[in-house]
Amino acid sequence: MSDKFTVEIISPIKSIIKSDTSEVVIPSYEGEMGILKNHIPIITFLRPGVIKIINEIERNYFVEDGTVEFIDDNLLILTSTAKDVNKFDKTEIDEIISEAEKKIGNSEISDKEKYLLSYKINTLKNLN
Amino acid sequence: MPSLDDLKKRIKSVKSTQKITKAMKMVAAAKLRKAQENAEKGRPYSEKMQNIILNLTKSIENPENAPKLLVGTGQDKTYLCVVLTADRGLCGGFNSNICKLAKANFKEILGEGKNLKIITVGSKGLDQIKREYEKFIIKKFSFKEKKQVSYKEVDIIGNEIISLFNKNEFDKCILFYNNFKNVITQIPQAQQIIPAENKNADLKKNDTLSYEFEPDEDEILEDLLPKNISTQVFKAFLENAASEQGSRMTAMDNATRNAGDLVDKLTINYNRSRQASITKELIEIISGAESL
Repeated sequence: MSDKFTVEIISPIKSIIKSDTSEVVIPSYEGEMGILKNHIPIITFLRPGVIKIINEIERNYFVEDGTVEFIDDNLLILTSTAKDVNKFDKTEIDEIISEAEKKIGNSEISDKEKYLLSYKINTLKNLN
Repeated sequence: MPSLDDLKKRIKSVKSTQKITKAMKMVAAAKLRKAQENAEKGRPYSEKMQNIILNLTKSIENPENAPKLLVGTGQDKTYLCVVLTADRGLCGGFNSNICKLAKANFKEILGEGKNLKIITVGSKGLDQIKREYEKFIIKKFSFKEKKQVSYKEVDIIGNEIISLFNKNEFDKCILFYNNFKNVITQIPQAQQIIPAENKNADLKKNDTLSYEFEPDEDEILEDLLPKNISTQVFKAFLENAASEQGSRMTAMDNATRNAGDLVDKLTINYNRSRQASITKELIEIISGAESL
């Protein structure tokens, strides 16, 4: 029996990817989460991080936020910020990092925002 | 009776107008294809999001604790109306249809003695609504310089709506836009986005899917609902963009055809009076010759 399920990433503008895969790792709000076939139905949302779609070829997408639903071996990821990691260039990453660092230095933001921003900076630094 | 020269000038001017409308039609047709594609590509996102929210709503046990964005403030004193229109004219009844529907709603709201607040998006709608309802307009958006409106810009509108809601500035929010059915038909629509309207809620109640939520339902909803507002506005935007081009294409097609008819009629007139003047001259010559 095949151990594959479908994963679909949809942005407001278009469907980014739809394919069969054996494992997906998502940066869920409460920690990284690996999803395999026959996972129980789940709804959760994302923090900044990298979605890994593990197949013959591994595909990585950077996301800032999003909503995830898994049901009947269909993994649905709704996000407005998904970006293929291979298409990122260095200057772009540096720009986003410096912007995020500026924001995190601002004392007015809430703890939740700080938490999200620190993840954003960390993930991007790892990409570099 | 216009002279031959006048007729000639008119035919020429109608012909050049026809050229313009024809070109506009072509441009609209090309843009329509793209806009339609965008609208179709954007549909799954909003549909799926609605689905998730629906599933979440079902699993909430006591509605009193549910987020206010979903169930409303419990009052309906103040209405916020968001009117989405185009920034350009010459697209048939497109802008007027939205405004007509919006104005009918405004009248009803005011007639019931409720407060009204208006946000306009797009300059054409603003012009039409300003005449009667200027004092209710609290905010205007226009994306005239932008060729293509992206999700980020629409997010600004969404965030504005949410921040107003959090300040208790309104109880209900209604979105006015044109739904793109096909090239010829666009249906002006009033969609209530706050509190979320669940039309299909009863239909699917029998499915007892037990989801696992991480973190819990309330937190997910709190994250998801504001996004949903932006998504709904964005969807309306895409539908509107496609409708605008469709409407313009049909309008310009009609104008081109009308111009063609007009040219035909004027040409017949022109030829008739040319004939008449030739006949007149002939009669004059013949009768002059006879009298000699």
